[in-house]
Amino acid sequence: MTAGWTAEGGHGAVPTDGVPVEPAPGPVRADWPLWEVFLRGRRGLNHVHVGSLHAADAELALHHARDLYTRRNEAVSIWVVPAAAITASSPDERDPFFAPSGDKAYRHPTFYRLPEDVPHL
Amino acid sequence: MTAVTPTPADPVETGTLRDRFEETVARDRRVEPRDWMPEEYRRTLIRQVAQHAHSEIIGMQPEGAWITRAPSLRRKSILLAKVQDEAGHGLYLYAAAETLGADRADLTAKLLAGQQKYSSIFNYPTPSYADVGTIGWLVDGAAICNQVPLCRSSYGPYARAMVRICKEESFHQRQGYELLLTLMAGTDAQRAMVQESVDRFWWPALMMFGPPDDRSPNSARSMAWGVKRHTNDELRQRFVDMTVPQAERLGVTLPDPELRWNAERGHHDFGAVDWAEFAEVVAGRGPCNAERLARRRAAHDEGAWVREAATAYAAGQAAAAAVSP
Ligand SMILES: [Fe+2]
Ligand SMILES: [Fe+2]
Repeated sequence: MTAGWTAEGGHGAVPTDGVPVEPAPGPVRADWPLWEVFLRGRRGLNHVHVGSLHAADAELALHHARDLYTRRNEAVSIWVVPAAAITASSPDERDPFFAPSGDKAYRHPTFYRLPEDVPHL
Repeated sequence: MTAVTPTPADPVETGTLRDRFEETVARDRRVEPRDWMPEEYRRTLIRQVAQHAHSEIIGMQPEGAWITRAPSLRRKSILLAKVQDEAGHGLYLYAAAETLGADRADLTAKLLAGQQKYSSIFNYPTPSYADVGTIGWLVDGAAICNQVPLCRSSYGPYARAMVRICKEESFHQRQGYELLLTLMAGTDAQRAMVQESVDRFWWPALMMFGPPDDRSPNSARSMAWGVKRHTNDELRQRFVDMTVPQAERLGVTLPDPELRWNAERGHHDFGAVDWAEFAEVVAGRGPCNAERLARRRAAHDEGAWVREAATAYAAGQAAAAAVSP
């Protein structure tokens, strides 16, 4: 009886057998577009990606981002960007795209062996 | 970039991709949204994250009913903030599920149709105001035990959502315990109210950790994949050990005559959970299953005009911007 249930997720005790996960085929559902949210925690820091949300337009996306991601003063500034507007590199960190920086150890200060008695270097 | 990235459909490369995935998980690194992942891993995660999200959303209801009846403005503000947090938790998690190819509107439809579920703990009623405190202390407390290890989930977006959630859960548990402490410092009737509430919630809280390990066959693979970090029984034991001294400090009795410290094990022993009741509740025959889903459906239907109006307004604004020079 309990075989198809387990404590996965935060509150546990949910079924694991026979739970459909694939989106149902059919007419396009009318959800709002997806936005990616970036927060500046405080002045002097970069904006950092924190998650995403759905909103009808940019202004509502900002309001939703404030309510969803800054309920405890997590930000002094918010960016929202349409998820569809983001161009990303391949997810593979071993992609040849990143090869140009892979073999250039001389770009790092530790590449250079200097005598111990040289000051301030 | 696509030209140099092997596609999962390529039979020659799938082996390499699988090796890399296994290596990532084995080395305790994070799997990120566009990485290749086994189909079963993806499906397991969508199910787990979606049903976790549904639990947060449905979880607003048992306490939400007390917002309008909170005894002071202070308690009302706290409860509002707590319930709003739970809505936020649901939304972080729907967003994480969408990075796996799920669709929020579709997940909501599956919840409303009863195809995907939420945690059985939210199918118990909250007839007493003390239940607000007991839920914060025991239910959010049990959720914290489950959720802290999920901050190290192998799936990056889920792990990051859990870090956010765990930070907020601490407030939930503390406000609950403080509410109960306040009642315990009150009249005999108020103390009795707390005890009665704890009596009702103790066993359902233990059930939150799921069936015993020997009856939880799916756990092993989830552990191997790093989407589950501790077994059901380990987490249940941890929760009992943490809660017993808190109950003593509060001055309530946990309703289990077999509960006692076992110096040999270094843990508390406790009685057997009534898994027959658990099975009834998860099968949909709990005290509030129908009510919770009906309320969620009504809220969804009542909100339809808001979703449509915002969409229409955005379309109108976009059209106006397109014609003006
Ligand atoms: Fe939560
Ligand atoms: Fe909570």
